[in-house]
Amino acid sequence: MADAAALGPARGTIDLVLRGRTRDVRGRLFQGALLMTLLVSLGVLLVLLWTTWNAAQPVFAERGLGFVSSDTSSLSSRAGVHQGLVGSLILVAFVAAVALPLGIAAAIYLQEYARDTRANRLLVTNIRNLAGVPSIVYGILGLVVFVQALRGLTGPDSYGRSFISGGLTLAVLVMPIVILISMESLRAVPAGIREAAYGVGATRWEVIRSHVLPYAAPGMFTGMILALARAFGETAPLLLVGAVTGYLNTPGGRNPLEVLQGQYTSLPTLIFSWAREPGEDWKAMTAAAIVVLLVAILAVNAIAIVLRNRYERKW
Amino acid sequence: MGRGPGLSASIDLLVGAPGRRRKERAVRALFRTAALASLAISVAIVAALAGRAVAWLTRIDLGVLWGDGWFPRQGEFDVLTLVVGTLMVAGLAMLVATPLGLGAAVYLSEYASPRMRRVLKPVLETLAGIPSVVLGYFALTVIQPELVQRLFTTRTGAFSFLAAGFAVGILTVPLVASVAEDALFAVPRALREAAYGIGARRSTVAIRVTFPAAISGIVASLILGLSRAIGETMVVAIAAGATGQAQRTFDVLGGGQTMTGAISSLAIGSDQVKGSGLAFGSLYFVGLLLFVVTFTLNVVSERYVRRVRRAY
Repeated sequence: MADAAALGPARGTIDLVLRGRTRDVRGRLFQGALLMTLLVSLGVLLVLLWTTWNAAQPVFAERGLGFVSSDTSSLSSRAGVHQGLVGSLILVAFVAAVALPLGIAAAIYLQEYARDTRANRLLVTNIRNLAGVPSIVYGILGLVVFVQALRGLTGPDSYGRSFISGGLTLAVLVMPIVILISMESLRAVPAGIREAAYGVGATRWEVIRSHVLPYAAPGMFTGMILALARAFGETAPLLLVGAVTGYLNTPGGRNPLEVLQGQYTSLPTLIFSWAREPGEDWKAMTAAAIVVLLVAILAVNAIAIVLRNRYERKW
Repeated sequence: MGRGPGLSASIDLLVGAPGRRRKERAVRALFRTAALASLAISVAIVAALAGRAVAWLTRIDLGVLWGDGWFPRQGEFDVLTLVVGTLMVAGLAMLVATPLGLGAAVYLSEYASPRMRRVLKPVLETLAGIPSVVLGYFALTVIQPELVQRLFTTRTGAFSFLAAGFAVGILTVPLVASVAEDALFAVPRALREAAYGIGARRSTVAIRVTFPAAISGIVASLILGLSRAIGETMVVAIAAGATGQAQRTFDVLGGGQTMTGAISSLAIGSDQVKGSGLAFGSLYFVGLLLFVVTFTLNVVSERYVRRVRRAY
């Protein structure tokens, strides 16, 4: 708290004197208990990372990067995460291409254009509720709309269970989050910045493009990175829109559209299907795949946190 | 002062070029369409779930919704089995997430120095970034054998609601902590200073002043956490035993089915043609139930959040 910081170390001394030089034992215990709760969370996180790394180590020691470059296989000694990693990257690129522009545009409308009417407030409430809908429900939506109803477009030869279906489902899932984060970044830009631009005769769009967006960009960018990391690790909805949980054959020599309309899998989907296999060898494989997933996600999260700390502004 | 001809001409100039105005309208319409797309998503969710669920309900004998277990392949769809399983996992999760989440929130907002915050906040943010499938694996390979089976040595099953609930709770901690911390942060400083001014201890201020003042936001954080715990899928699919069927049970040390677990195992079930059959259709009904429950919780928590905003 700021008030504690302002007083600095003197606070403890003053406190002690005022209380007749008796230490506030119960207060200390309470503070210790609170700190404990945070340390428990940190502890679980560390145990998770440590045990996973330990379980994964034999796989990396034995196969090295061959684990990352091999395709799916029913033999644990030959299986690898290559298809899952590539699949996840394609899905995230798809999500970025669909959900980011739509989400940012919606946020600009709601924050900069929309008047404070009942209908617009309902629209924002609706988006907040959408952000809280369980991800598996989005999976059912994707199954009904993208896999079944739009099969002809999303994947005529793969029964609709394609990259396009998976990517669109994740895009729909991430869009409310993108809107909420973008709105928050836009809201943080002070009115004076806008008024300066209006004062010299800029139209509303010109104000947004030249003044508001540049100031909101760092915050938005951080939020987008976290949203895409979320899409990268998302598993449940993909089970419904047909990410392959077993062996996947990816024939070469296809054009990009054929790839996008073809069968797919993702890194988290592989982790899920391997975690269900019996046997210690698959446990190690699962742990190794988790290490690959966590390295990607934690690196991206760290970048986001560093960017935020560097560019965050207090007005 | 008389209005010269020059002045009225300059007012016309302020209207702006027609091309500029046209561009302005086009941009606005584009953004508006994007905003309305969010409404389309909601409509699509409700229509898809309700349409399929009703179609399924008309094809079954409603008596099969009450029985003593969830056995979709045998045509036994006892929804209560799934609800009980879901409530057990969510209840256990909240037993973990409430103390850990609220404790973290109070510490961060009332005690932590700015430097401590910079160190501790990323811990919660990192935890929030861990995919749920990873915690599912952690529950299956670490929490169940190393914690649950050691505490309850008579039970040696590979799956349990207890392990799944604990892992879901850990997943829920960052959400509870961040919403509750926002609520505590919104409490005006004057309230704290008034309490300090009459000699209150730090712990007294936290327990008797800040916490009660932020109570509606704290309730909101717990409701949101509960909603998240109910909707969590991958942990229960991996660690609670997703065989696709289960007897109704209140035993937290055994495995079983939850709403989300049932949906995911129906979705990946390979012993039937996907997309057809009565068993598969139950997925839409369970999905609708899940949506209604979580949506209601989210609306209630939004109410509580709004109360905080209005108060300060």
